Amino acid sequence: MAKVSMTVNGKKVSADVEDRTLLVHYLREAQGLTGTHVGCDTSQCGACVVHVNGKAVKSCTMLAAQAGGATVTTIEGLANGADLHPVQAAFREHHGLQCGFCTPGMIMAAVDMIERHGANLDEATIRHELEGNICRCTGYHNIVKAIKAAADQMASMRTAAE
Amino acid sequence: MYETNYHRAGSVSEAASLMAKADDGKFLAGGQTLIPTMKQRLAAPSDLIDLGQIAELQGITEAGGSLRIGAGTKHADVAGSALVQRLIPGLAKLAGGIGDPHVRHMGTIGGSVANNDPAADYPSAVMALGATVHTSSRDIAAEDYFTGMFDTALEENEIITAISFPVPEKSAYAKYPNPASRYAMAGVFVARFKDGSVRVAATGAGQNGVFRIPAMEAALSANWSADAVASINVQADDMLSDIHGSADYRANLVTVMAKRAVAAA
Ligand SMILES: Cc1cc2nc3c(=O)[nH]c(=O)nc-3n(C[C@H](O)[C@H](O)[C@H](O)COP(=O)(O)OP(=O)(O)OC[C@H]3O[C@@H](n4cnc5c(N)ncnc54)[C@H](O)[C@@H]3O)c2cc1C
Ligand code: FES
Ligand code: FES
Repeated sequence: MAKVSMTVNGKKVSADVEDRTLLVHYLREAQGLTGTHVGCDTSQCGACVVHVNGKAVKSCTMLAAQAGGATVTTIEGLANGADLHPVQAAFREHHGLQCGFCTPGMIMAAVDMIERHGANLDEATIRHELEGNICRCTGYHNIVKAIKAAADQMASMRTAAE
Repeated sequence: MYETNYHRAGSVSEAASLMAKADDGKFLAGGQTLIPTMKQRLAAPSDLIDLGQIAELQGITEAGGSLRIGAGTKHADVAGSALVQRLIPGLAKLAGGIGDPHVRHMGTIGGSVANNDPAADYPSAVMALGATVHTSSRDIAAEDYFTGMFDTALEENEIITAISFPVPEKSAYAKYPNPASRYAMAGVFVARFKDGSVRVAATGAGQNGVFRIPAMEAALSANWSADAVASINVQADDMLSDIHGSADYRANLVTVMAKRAVAAA
């Protein structure tokens, strides 16, 4: 057991956990943040994606201890009060989810890819970037549409702000 | 996952001394191979020595005609490096095709080369470029480094610190990824150097891991074109055969990937 501390969604948190504790279990069980999901045991589905120091990673394939001292953002940290993040809003608008199980990971992956590619995000790039996220319901089509719409909207918001 | 004790090392020498004290320790880099293996209970190290925060394992530099990449450099950083893209574009492309974006944000070149998975991408570049593996105690030439599937010349407590790749005149990598895991079913790296010499190495396909293809190297040094390798086949007897593909299929894929790599270089 060791005390593991990090910043999660802007708040400093800590908990005593076993060294073998995965980051996803630290978030769900020690911090009560159950938006991050576990969909597989082979590091392939992406339902567990969170941002560690600003980069999308699979929280099922990282120890909580490795993230000690890091800054972590989960799906719970995206919205601004009652205002959904543009990617969350786009998933709702474009029916980018059905059962919703893959959605937190899809959205965290989408925010990360939009940050890296900005307005240059075309459909082929989005599909390539989604290789680490599996959805059993939607057939991906509306997920891709939602991400494209959010990327375009976020780019125009940035231009308007300049 | 079985219980384990986590230690974070601040330097290569500290990592080595933590390892010396451990019962049955393992180094932890990006964790993208080791953690899944521990989750499946296929590995149960008593101690994990985390190399992730060691500054001296980071960084990409150019020196004396070669490109030196710190062992702790993540796949995404190799893929996105302007220096790698300019000097060895085939290597940047290879790194950008490993797994998926989340895996590339964590996985490291040192971890990949230490693990020597027969389907991993990096070993093909290390072999085809004739790279040198720098460790905490010595320098190992690519030829001497890979000793079989999941097997390397590394001693128990030896740490890879960096890998130096001679800069070729031209290079490219083509892989046929397994559609589920993205690991290579067959991947071929081709490189041509200023002196006209050519090296070709294949991963994903061979029973003993990465291997060079001398017949293709000879053909390409005489005539650098996809046609030159189109009728050169590797022995199916030496290829992997599993649920993803038979040995014959993989042998054929090697030729197809070699053609594509030459065309892309
Ligand atoms: C979903 C998924 C898809 C993937 N797809 C691909 C793919 O398409 N192609 C591919 O090549 N790989 C793929 N990988 C593997 C990935 O590239 C790993 O990052 C890599 O194999 C191991 O690097 P790591 O830094 O994560 O090492 P770790 O998992 O931390 O360590 C792996 C092994 O290397 C040892 N080690 C680590 N660093 C050092 C060092 N500096 N010195 C000595 N020993 C060391 C460790 O002790 C351990 O035994 C995939 C992984 C996942 C989870
Ligand atoms: S739960 Fe992490 S990849 Fe599936
Ligand atoms: S919406 Fe059900 S798995 Fe994606």
